[in-house]
Amino acid sequence: MRRFGSFHLAALVLGFAFLYLPIVALIAYSFNASRLVTVWGGFSTHWYVALFNNQPLLDAAWLTIRVALVSATLAAGLGTLAALALTRYRSFAGRTLFSGMVLAPLVMPEVITGLSLLLLFVAGDVERGYWTVVVAHATFSLGFACIVVQARLAGFDRSLEEAARDLGATPVTTFFTVTLPLIWPAVLAAWMLAFTLSLDDLVIASFTSGPGATTLPMRLYSAIRLGVSPEINAACTIMIGAVAVAVIAASLLLKREALAGEKG
Amino acid sequence: MSGPVPRAAGGRGLLVAAIPYLWLLAFFLAPFLIVLRIALSDAATDQPPYAPHFLGFDALGEFFAGLDFENFRLLGEDALYWQSYLSSLRIAGLTTLIALALGYPLAYAMAMAPKRWQGILLLLVILPFWTSFLIRVYAWIGILRPEGLLDMALGWLGLTAAPLRLLNTDTAVLIGMVYSYLPFMVLPLYTTLQKLDGTLVEAAADLGATPLTIFRTVTLPLSLPGILAGSALVFIPAIGEFVIPDLLGGPDTLMVGKVLWSEFFSNRDWPLASAVAIVLLIVLVLPLVLLQRAGRAAR
Repeated sequence: MRRFGSFHLAALVLGFAFLYLPIVALIAYSFNASRLVTVWGGFSTHWYVALFNNQPLLDAAWLTIRVALVSATLAAGLGTLAALALTRYRSFAGRTLFSGMVLAPLVMPEVITGLSLLLLFVAGDVERGYWTVVVAHATFSLGFACIVVQARLAGFDRSLEEAARDLGATPVTTFFTVTLPLIWPAVLAAWMLAFTLSLDDLVIASFTSGPGATTLPMRLYSAIRLGVSPEINAACTIMIGAVAVAVIAASLLLKREALAGEKG
Repeated sequence: MSGPVPRAAGGRGLLVAAIPYLWLLAFFLAPFLIVLRIALSDAATDQPPYAPHFLGFDALGEFFAGLDFENFRLLGEDALYWQSYLSSLRIAGLTTLIALALGYPLAYAMAMAPKRWQGILLLLVILPFWTSFLIRVYAWIGILRPEGLLDMALGWLGLTAAPLRLLNTDTAVLIGMVYSYLPFMVLPLYTTLQKLDGTLVEAAADLGATPLTIFRTVTLPLSLPGILAGSALVFIPAIGEFVIPDLLGGPDTLMVGKVLWSEFFSNRDWPLASAVAIVLLIVLVLPLVLLQRAGRAAR
């Protein structure tokens, strides 16, 4: 018998209090009228207005979104191909090296990934900026994308593909008309994961970006090093809000799809 | 095995893998080899970009003659470096233990909660993971700094007379690390605890075992895979962490990630930074290999 007692309730309340109180405090102080973070000077949206007049910050945010869009698309595409190769083909030349390279970035410290990619760009005499950050982000999130798609492919009913092949479809047609539509939710989830990893990254972007390509985390980081300010709180609150909306919407969407799948 | 494998499978697998394969060779393996080569070059004579050295394939003999283990010798000799590795291991180990102590009851309660709550609870654990790392660390600066929220709360309760001065200490680093990595511990624990067969617990209870005995002899051993997975997910990234020790730690907080960063950005000693990276990788790979061996031996 499963019993849910007061001990369990206490563990849940304390655990989630630890996880959420710091974020709640951060959000609350973004609405503080006073510049002194410790003094509550009344409710104000003053810092949000200041934020929208902070052009360097807005530029950094726009750059970060553009980097994340392109690198997530690259990572989802490459990760899907890698997942297909690894789940469908038990042996091909260099498979061990390949799976090692796909999975290594998952445990690789960001400082090492960043350093090694920077040294590559320097050795190749590549001018650092938008594209070097895109390539770096796509490379380190490829492994995460691959794992997400692999999980979906593991429970995949291959008889559907076989039917398409028996009916004369080429492998490429089969992939685009049967396989891809079926694994689409996983590809989308992989894309979202890669997108947030890219949005969030400070270390790898700091190594691989050049002058004129400062991402939002890089700008926030230098602002935070100067000290706490309500304006940073406001920027953080907007980011938390955007992520919360996206995650909740995605989970509702997946739930609806799962329900539709059960009915159909 | 899953049916007959077509004869062309080997070639076709390589065809499917070709694009990501080439991508990873260019942007993962090649950079890594460059780091290795630069770690073996001499900071005094070599200046950035170091390119001619390793691109001169015809001068392979010269290449090997040019290898210089000076940087690695320095890592062994200068106490700063090996102390930073030890300190990273210590902080990562403590983080793992504290995260396990906090995460286990939470995961256990989640697994015990009524089914209709579990989806929401799971979402609540994952949600902080999706919010920016930087934001979560920043939230703690506001709490831990002198006259921050923690000092205010404790002073209001009359518990402390003077500010605690927690920010910029190793304690602050530990708090920040546990906070940031807690979801990584809770998720695998929850997955194993949720799958745990309730009838085993019932059987033990029917046979007269106390709740503590049941936990020690049934629940804990059965959740061992979750404990190991969660610990690995916390311990490994914690070793190379940079942002948390940099923002929450003090000048005497030593961690490899921070040392590598400052060798690179402040001292501009690229060969030494590369050597630090290579040794960090070895420090990371060794426990992974040992863990895998242990896992195989257990089977």
